[in-house]
Amino acid sequence: MTKQIIIPFGPQHPVLPEPIHLDLVLEDEMVVEAIPSIGYIHRGFEKLVEKREFTEYVYVAERTCGICSFIHGLTYCQGIEEIMQVEVPERALFLRTIWSEYSRLHSHLLWLGLFADSFGFENLFMNAWRIRERILDVMEQTTGGRVIQGSCKIGGVRRDISGEKLGQMSKDLDSIGQELEELTNVFLRDASIKHRLKNVGVLSRDDAYSLGAVGPTARGSGVSLDMRKTGYAAYGKLNLETVAENDGDCYARCVVRCRELFTSIDLIQQAVRKIPDGPTDVKVTGTPDGEYFTRSEQPRGELVHYLKGNGTKFLVRSRIRTPTLTNIPPLVKMLQGCELADVPVIVLSIDPCISCTER
Amino acid sequence: MTYLKKSPWVIHYDASSCNGCDIEVLAALTPVYDVERFGIINTGNPKHADIFLVTGSVNEQNKEVVKNIYEQIPEPKVVVAIGICAASGGIFRECYNVLGGVDKVIPVDVFVTGCAARPESIIDGVVTALGILETKRLAMKEKGNETMDKSGSAV
Repeated sequence: MTKQIIIPFGPQHPVLPEPIHLDLVLEDEMVVEAIPSIGYIHRGFEKLVEKREFTEYVYVAERTCGICSFIHGLTYCQGIEEIMQVEVPERALFLRTIWSEYSRLHSHLLWLGLFADSFGFENLFMNAWRIRERILDVMEQTTGGRVIQGSCKIGGVRRDISGEKLGQMSKDLDSIGQELEELTNVFLRDASIKHRLKNVGVLSRDDAYSLGAVGPTARGSGVSLDMRKTGYAAYGKLNLETVAENDGDCYARCVVRCRELFTSIDLIQQAVRKIPDGPTDVKVTGTPDGEYFTRSEQPRGELVHYLKGNGTKFLVRSRIRTPTLTNIPPLVKMLQGCELADVPVIVLSIDPCISCTER
Repeated sequence: MTYLKKSPWVIHYDASSCNGCDIEVLAALTPVYDVERFGIINTGNPKHADIFLVTGSVNEQNKEVVKNIYEQIPEPKVVVAIGICAASGGIFRECYNVLGGVDKVIPVDVFVTGCAARPESIIDGVVTALGILETKRLAMKEKGNETMDKSGSAV
């Protein structure tokens, strides 16, 4: 039997923007087992619900993660609104949808860049992030924040976007779309990228399903799960086509995210066409009493917030289950049998967001 | 910027931030903000680095990691704490697992404010750090324990 050696991967590693630790058990160059350990960014802010009023906790919920911050805020607000049976105005729901999709665009572009960096394409990394800045500019113009927006509140949204600006945004997306076309062409057609990604880190459909993969990780393996189909915010009124691939390798996950960029653009443009006039928030009185599980689709997959209130202004319990946490068991499965040099690519292919995971 | 004779390299570690500051650090390296024009490169190896960028507060599990990276960076070195969490714990300061700012475990030279810190202020912080780095280098030279090669330029 070949001698086994253990190589630690992380927490500080050049390819990882965030710390996660993996113990890789190797036989020669082959990984036979990967043992993850997390907890480097655990802050324990779920317990802060006992110290912050439920209206203020939106800010904390948003800071679960700086990449999908808006969607965390939205999901939390949605939960409280359900408990308190608040009717949110249509226009606010559409604006939330628009900002969610902008978050997805910026998150996927960020991922494409980091992914390119993981297989050694630095120029591609720079280009993806250059286009991403155009998305962030719109975020900043409409919400005031680049990565942490703070524009969601219980009962609606804090800011409105003028009709003129919406038209401009929709027009700009056409030209962003053209740039994305060029960028994704490289990811999807380049021979050396294909060589690095095809048949690497394969996750079968059954494994994806039974290990609880969510989001693009699941969709790359042919499990067509998308929480946007549940029709929260204004998604019920938009025409959404779920993107899924069947191969289950790193390339398939990359294809899913590349195609989702265009679905996001399409969703925003549909929302701009359909957005109704009206108020953007309602006054919320009273305190939440009851519990609710609220779900939404983050760029990384299904996000669940569990909220429980007892009629006071402080909630009793908040529990956040983030997509990366459920994607770690599939990741461990993907790593089994891969080569050591492919580990960074496979780890990044699930789009790990450790700040979310460890909360 | 006359003292910028060498290319200062940075190393970035996410202590326990929400990611917001981390992606802004990376954004500062990419075309729109482009700190590479100052010769600044992000490295993954502490032994190659001059400037240590830390985001987020420290907790029980990562304080050893932060200390470890700091100790591996060769002298002279400068620490830049990015974002309000790295300064005081910020919005998370009352969480049970947050010990406080990065200055609890390592000496910090520059604090960059903001939640999340904007790329402009990160660049400003790094440029301030360059000045401190030069002062530290000169102080080391005076003491005579600078690692020099024969031509007299600092390593």
